[in-house]
Amino acid sequence: MFLANVIFNRLFIVGGLALTLPFSSVCQAADWNVEILMQTLAQAKPSHATFIEKKHISLLDQPVESSGELFFTAPNYLEKRTLKPKPESLIVEGDRLLIERGSKTYYFQVQSHPELAVFINSIRNTLAGDLVSLERNFTLHLNGTAEKWMLQLSPTSEKIKAQLQHIRIAGLSNQVRSIEVSQTDGDYSYMTITPSDTRK
Amino acid sequence: MIGIRQPGTTAIALWLSFILICSVIISRTSFSTDLSAFLPKTPTAAQQLLMDQIKDGLASRLILVGIEGENAATRAQLSKLTAQRLRPDTAFVSVNNGEPIYTENDQAFLFNNRYLLSPAVNAERFSVNGLHHAINESIELLASPAGMLIKSILTRDPTGEMIQLLDEFNNDRQPELAEGVWASKDEQRMLMLIQTKALGSDTSAQQQAMLSIQSAFDAATQDIQKSTNSTLNTQLVMTGPSVFSVNARNTIQKQVFRLSIISILAIATLLLLVYRSFSALLLGFLPVLSGALAGVAAVSLTFGMVHGITLGFGTALIGEAVDYSIYLFVQSESGKANYQSWVKRFWPTIRLGVLTSVCGFASLLFSGFPGLAQLGLYAISGLITAAIITRFVLPHLLPSTFRIHDISAIGQLLANKVKLAHQLRWPAIVLLAIACTIVFNHRTDLWSNKISSLSPVSQAEIALDTRLRADVAAPDVRYMVVVSGDSRESVLQSSEQASLILNAQIAEGAIASFESPSRYLPSDATQLARQASLPPPTELTIRLAQAVNDLPIQAQRLSPFIDDLTTARKQPLLQADSLKNTSMAMALDALLLQQTDKWSALLPLTAHKDTEIDAAKIRNALVSSNLTNVVFVDMKAESDHLYSGYMQEAITLSLMGLLAIIVLLLFVFKSFTQLLRVITPLAAAVITVTAGLAYLGQPLIILHLVGMLLVVAVGSNYALFFNQSNTSPLTLASMLFANLTTVIGFGILSFSNISILQALGVTVAPGVILALFFSVVFAKRLNA
Repeated sequence: MFLANVIFNRLFIVGGLALTLPFSSVCQAADWNVEILMQTLAQAKPSHATFIEKKHISLLDQPVESSGELFFTAPNYLEKRTLKPKPESLIVEGDRLLIERGSKTYYFQVQSHPELAVFINSIRNTLAGDLVSLERNFTLHLNGTAEKWMLQLSPTSEKIKAQLQHIRIAGLSNQVRSIEVSQTDGDYSYMTITPSDTRK
Repeated sequence: MIGIRQPGTTAIALWLSFILICSVIISRTSFSTDLSAFLPKTPTAAQQLLMDQIKDGLASRLILVGIEGENAATRAQLSKLTAQRLRPDTAFVSVNNGEPIYTENDQAFLFNNRYLLSPAVNAERFSVNGLHHAINESIELLASPAGMLIKSILTRDPTGEMIQLLDEFNNDRQPELAEGVWASKDEQRMLMLIQTKALGSDTSAQQQAMLSIQSAFDAATQDIQKSTNSTLNTQLVMTGPSVFSVNARNTIQKQVFRLSIISILAIATLLLLVYRSFSALLLGFLPVLSGALAGVAAVSLTFGMVHGITLGFGTALIGEAVDYSIYLFVQSESGKANYQSWVKRFWPTIRLGVLTSVCGFASLLFSGFPGLAQLGLYAISGLITAAIITRFVLPHLLPSTFRIHDISAIGQLLANKVKLAHQLRWPAIVLLAIACTIVFNHRTDLWSNKISSLSPVSQAEIALDTRLRADVAAPDVRYMVVVSGDSRESVLQSSEQASLILNAQIAEGAIASFESPSRYLPSDATQLARQASLPPPTELTIRLAQAVNDLPIQAQRLSPFIDDLTTARKQPLLQADSLKNTSMAMALDALLLQQTDKWSALLPLTAHKDTEIDAAKIRNALVSSNLTNVVFVDMKAESDHLYSGYMQEAITLSLMGLLAIIVLLLFVFKSFTQLLRVITPLAAAVITVTAGLAYLGQPLIILHLVGMLLVVAVGSNYALFFNQSNTSPLTLASMLFANLTTVIGFGILSFSNISILQALGVTVAPGVILALFFSVVFAKRLNA
């Protein structure tokens, strides 16, 4: 574990210094694994994407659908701007969570809401390629190839397991394309993500 | 009493019994060192509020703690361990370091009482339409990012009252968290906010609280050191009004004691050099001691307590009261034989000097500020006693062989110098002219306009306070609406009415938010009204079925909602006790105050970021609503007002004192020329001192003004002596020594770091030297 971290850190630093190097060549050079995926994700520039999310909630007779935009700036700025059915935005920056809904703004501290923290951090840490933080709360399973992969995050703590079954994040090379959250009570949501800028 | 009745026995007996009575009174006196001495005694309603806030408001009970040093993890651990040790201590109402210890209780309280607390609860909300609207909102919210927060409670709370409450309660931004505890923005300092049970004015309890915090921190440090087997380099810093009070008290106590000792030693040394006699020295101090005792006893009887600052001032008065015995010893030349002639020759002049001093200080008695009034009374009773003891008791105590060292040589030397003093007249006039110019040039910035200039709180303490306050993001409350009434229910009801107006102001954008105790504890009337608006279960079931008709949710799923509402209809009303063990108890405690049978509620207003609140707009809105017992208070304006009122009063009183002195002198001399001769050197001294302070950039506070009054009072003795047709060499010598003792007494105060004592010192010490100088220079030419 310690060794893995050292290697990871070193790669991270080397990658950071060698920006001019075509990125894919580094990937090909080594055996593809979670560390390399994370490293790939860590290299991604501030991203902008659109999303469509379907939530299946057993309470409700039909799934609820929402859509909007996502913004992410590594390592910890995440904004989910819902446009339909109702404009609303969720901004996480560091430890602050801000939800704007109509004229109202709610502030939360991510750390003060553990259930929220796990969910937000799982996505944020994946986007930022922060393996160390992810492994603090989840067991990671990676399937697929560098081009088309699927990462499953299963919570390790019993408390979180009571709520969250797993999160599946699927992607194409360094882009996250879908996030599926399965809750323990059977409710689940599926979010499709389409990158809207081609900058690399 | 038996046998030969010696002259003076009665006087001595009276004196001893007087001392005894004074001692008894003093032994029962309580001494106070809080800052209340410099708050007005008959305040306006708004000033009263300000004072209550300063003395006992929530702010005065909050101790802000910072933990510095080592790394973030260690600091966080220290914060947690210290808090853990402090929480069981009943001396603390709350110990908050950002750990979510209240979160569960808070949420349970809000959730279980949502139908009594939520401002959205009314009959309309539980009509078919209202239910449809509210449930639809909740379903939309479920689909939103915030959905995960409400999913688990939706079946019990489909109308979203919990969200309403979070909306109400979650407005304030909290300090940053680092490693699970509050930290400054740069994360270099962990923060704790501790509320004491004791009132802010209870300085002893506050000191105990500070000690408990320090020892909890020390113990936590040791725990970590033991478990890690290392030495920690961490510091605990504390601030807050009560910390200021405790530090001020310690400073005042320490300084009053130290300054008195230094002053007595210095004066004693000087007198010993002059008298070369221990008995003379001891006898000389008798009037001073009697005066000090009389002063403290008089203040104690009149005010019920004595302020520490008054004692500090007493230190300086040693230097003046000792003058009388100097005059007696030096001027009466050789022992008892000449004492009668001293009474004849000098007593009238000294008596007049005492009277002018008394006139000057008497004006302070009328001050609305207990500190100044105490000072005046202390000075008057002290000086009169010292003079009377010198005149009527001291001569009887002198042994027949009493002699002091012959100082006629010094007197002769002085006399020769004084003869030449008139040569300095022109330079003195030039000096005075320069002084006048300086004063004139500084006429606009002569006076300090900050109330803080009176405070014994040091700059370093203020800097720490500002830093920690910025760290916890505590807003400075400047504006608040204050509701008063004779019961908790009545102030809560009025608070609710005022809240309606303030909500309208929020909607208009005039303010960002406000706090109200009725938010945490609605009035009984409001709680009953909310309960009454909840429909009975059968009726609710029917309405609910209609309400969700075209919504993607089945009515049957919402049966927990019906159960909860049924319970809520019959649940007991919330009382202050209901908030126990929630973080809201602290807020309620801060906002709802009880003083004997008077209740008040505070509704502090928060401005939009980087904008000022339009005070007139809010005030008008409140006034036009015709709410009785509701006032809008601008704390800063009140505080400024308080100070400027204080200043105005002090200036008026000083001028009255001056006027009283002039009238007295005019009455005695019955001659304007004579009066001018006495007044001119004194006025010159005051102007020159003022110029000096202005030139050195020291803004004048009230105590400088009091100091000038003292310069006039003390200096009048010199002027009076020089106004006599013949000033003997010994008189000159006595005046020089009297002057020196005064300069020592006050000069030592100027080294104090309590601003008000320092102000007194730096005014009086140079002032009396100048008074003597101008008295000599402007005196009638002696035997020219």
